Amino acid sequence: MSIQETYASLGLSDSEYDRILELMGRAPNYLELSLFSVMWSEHCGYKNSRPLLRRFPNTGPRVLQGPGENAGVIEVGEGWALAFKMESHNHPSAVEPYEGAATGVGGIIRDVIAMGARPVALLNALRFGPLDDERNRYLFREVVRGIGGYGNAIGVPTVGGEVEFSPAYSGNPLVNAMCVGIIRADEVVRAKAEAGEGNLVVLFGAKTGRDGIHGATFASDELTEESEAKRSNVQVGDPFAGKMLIECSLRLLERDLLVALQDLGAAGIASSASEMAARGEVGIEIDAERVPLREEGMEAWEVVISESQERMLAVVEPEKAEEVLKICGRYELDAAVVGRVTSDGDLRVLDNGDTIGSVPAQYLADAPVYEREVRRPAYLDEVQNFDPDDLLVPEDYNEVLLRMLAHPNLCSRSSVYEQYDSEVGSDTVVRPGADAAVMRIKGTKLGFAVTTDVSGRHCYLDPRGGGAAAVAEAYRNLSCVGAEPVAITDCLNFGSPEKLDGYYGLSEAVDGLVEACEVLGTPVVSGNVSLFNETEQGAIYPTPAVGMVGVFDDVCRHATSGFKREGDMVVHLGDYRPTLAGSDYLEIVHGKVVGRPEAPRLSHEKEYADLVRLLVAEGIVDTAHDVSGGGLAVALAEMSVAGGIGMVVDRVEVEPMLRGRRRDEALFGECGAHFVVAVPEERWEDLQEALAGIPYDQIGRTGGDRFAIPGLLDLTVDDLRAAYDRDLFERHAPEGGHLG
Amino acid sequence: MRIGVTVFPGSNCDRDALHAIERAGATPVELWHADPELKGVDAVVVPGGFSYGDYLRPGAIARFSKVMGPLEEFAKGGGPVLGVCNGFQVLLEAHLLPGALLRNTGMRFVSRRVRTRIEKTDTPWTTLFDGGEELTLPVAHNEGNYYADEGTIRTLEEEGQVVLRYLDNPNGSANDIAGICNEARNVVGLMPHPERVSDPALGSEEGLRVFKSVLAAAGARV
Repeated sequence: MSIQETYASLGLSDSEYDRILELMGRAPNYLELSLFSVMWSEHCGYKNSRPLLRRFPNTGPRVLQGPGENAGVIEVGEGWALAFKMESHNHPSAVEPYEGAATGVGGIIRDVIAMGARPVALLNALRFGPLDDERNRYLFREVVRGIGGYGNAIGVPTVGGEVEFSPAYSGNPLVNAMCVGIIRADEVVRAKAEAGEGNLVVLFGAKTGRDGIHGATFASDELTEESEAKRSNVQVGDPFAGKMLIECSLRLLERDLLVALQDLGAAGIASSASEMAARGEVGIEIDAERVPLREEGMEAWEVVISESQERMLAVVEPEKAEEVLKICGRYELDAAVVGRVTSDGDLRVLDNGDTIGSVPAQYLADAPVYEREVRRPAYLDEVQNFDPDDLLVPEDYNEVLLRMLAHPNLCSRSSVYEQYDSEVGSDTVVRPGADAAVMRIKGTKLGFAVTTDVSGRHCYLDPRGGGAAAVAEAYRNLSCVGAEPVAITDCLNFGSPEKLDGYYGLSEAVDGLVEACEVLGTPVVSGNVSLFNETEQGAIYPTPAVGMVGVFDDVCRHATSGFKREGDMVVHLGDYRPTLAGSDYLEIVHGKVVGRPEAPRLSHEKEYADLVRLLVAEGIVDTAHDVSGGGLAVALAEMSVAGGIGMVVDRVEVEPMLRGRRRDEALFGECGAHFVVAVPEERWEDLQEALAGIPYDQIGRTGGDRFAIPGLLDLTVDDLRAAYDRDLFERHAPEGGHLG
Repeated sequence: MRIGVTVFPGSNCDRDALHAIERAGATPVELWHADPELKGVDAVVVPGGFSYGDYLRPGAIARFSKVMGPLEEFAKGGGPVLGVCNGFQVLLEAHLLPGALLRNTGMRFVSRRVRTRIEKTDTPWTTLFDGGEELTLPVAHNEGNYYADEGTIRTLEEEGQVVLRYLDNPNGSANDIAGICNEARNVVGLMPHPERVSDPALGSEEGLRVFKSVLAAAGARV
């Protein structure tokens, strides 16, 4: 193989290789080249996204740790803090869905442990191609099994998430896993190899094997037929070892035995050691022969870049090393001193004393940065061109509503989340199926809420508006359960940045996220970028996934979406400017993904959501739901099904809302910045008082077993439930024809 | 009263059990799998989780842990023992209870609230319940499908060893069995998780009486 072929096979470009030559002042050997290849990959080095990520706001009154560490950290109160991050595992899941998803969960858990936090909640945001395709069904089934297989065994509850289906993700599923951990604010650990020279580097956890060699490079490339041949690049997870790793790491930290801690993810020991060294502005020497191995005959370079799972790297003062190894033994984990901190700033790999590779850690951490031209692609004009007058108006809205509720993108997710243990740990206050999961912090009245929201279709039609919409929806979801939104983590899932459409989508969506985070006051404290999500059929939708965390002073004061009592007043609150552009209705009923959706009106989003949160916190409202996919009719139907109580809309009261609008637009149009709440009659006056100055309408009352909007819709709650409670894993017939 | 909770590598409901025991008013005591002693506890809970990863068969390895010898003696001597979920599986593997738990008939992990009925109140873990009382309890398992040969099932029914029964069977268990006890009635295995509904902050305290029962039973014995 020529040198050019070698570096190309490692995913390095000609100009990148030239830059390596220039930095090193000599030709790198294969190991050194491998180090550059993994550390300069998009997954580790953010070479295409770094200038964009700098735009994110990342400070705030509750932020203790912003981006740059293993996870972000925010303060809750009474000395408690939360560490959280979301990360993608898209490429591995595309070729080996069970292990890809399982190791995605394992990896994000280790990021949280590395901050010293105990993982207490998992979520996942998923996208697949439509379920009428065998391969997509397989990927969906196995990804869900993998998430459950790992999360259930490791004993961290999976409390929320989301999943949708679109042809844009056929063959390139998105698997974004998020973990939240709890920690004392003054005990946050940082992955900095400071405290200098002479400290030892300890590797502990599972043994090292050949799995995942060059996985980071693989994850930063497009998916092709050849990807199948890279199946051995996918790591294999062992939740049992993962569970031991959690308990062991927390015990080591509790005893104050570690100077720094870092999980091993992409590019294994090499990447973790070089990150620790670069952050601490020191050097690290690794003795490859001291790494406990699972298989024989591994070359030293393989040892240091292997992505074997369930391992951590720690910096330890020499006198504490023995105690560290002893504790690891108690948890039946392998552990060894595999290196030392030096003062020269080099990441050096030794094999029985011989230097087999040496690169200044700063070179590895300093991946090249590509800023590209942002130019509006032509496809946008085409897809945004939409006239609702071209659509047939449905005749039977009963049938349309049932069809919407039964669609895989809107129906109940219970067949997914019932495969996840959502309660282990005994902290889950509001279980999956709600607008957001609610967790308590044991021994206090405090709590937190967490949600993931994704806006792929919206971003495809308008990347900037869609980026903002994902943040706004997360903000609404947290507000509906009564939590004060604090900060976000994000996964940026996009196509190739080397293509015009791809880079435009990325840059614009980031701008939308930035704008929303600024107005809503929710900084970005951690995240991950996954580019090159493309198959031979093209790129995925530009798909930012947002994971937002909010806090409660008193977690008992929370709300859920299901109707609670007969005779409650049902109130619509906020903007009512529904549009069919880019709506679920348009895609499900008419088979079209067109139009320019309403861009979020961020000041309204904040004003109304903050008010809903106040209503919940003050105990005026215990039933609240945000209106999103499927519009007002679907939101009301969901509240009815969740509570098992019907509702009848007051036709006279809603007449002003219907006037001048197509019926389908009024029922199923989408716009953001609106909510539905329900209150018993005795709180109606309090509610009206609290709503002074805000647009609202009393639209009906709960009760009975009918769900009706006189003259438009008349169904029973059982009808709704029969459509909604659908098993997503049953063999699916195609979705059927569209209205045209 | 001191109630022990065994901790195997891979147990993951141990902390939940310790918390519920404390809420019930007893002193929780951690029993590490590698220590062959019960530290003088008055009752033992074998908690849920995935002991040793459950890679061979749930409970199959845990059954040989050092803590199990003293635990088996304690059980045979009439000491109250409760196995929950994976703990139930461990007690079956240790032959402290009859039968086996197979894969759920739906072939999926199932995590949800299920309605159950208390069948027997003459075990130390159910004394505070009324016979026939309905409880809503969480289940979360892959292998909860109770199975035994016909003769054993008949004996369990005739001798009143079925302690808890599903009203909406989530896993295909024979005779809707959710929990059983041994002949001496001191060893109980439950597939649902009472410790997860032992705190009003989580919306239900229905399970706490399982732990309060053993306190009451101990009080009655003294």
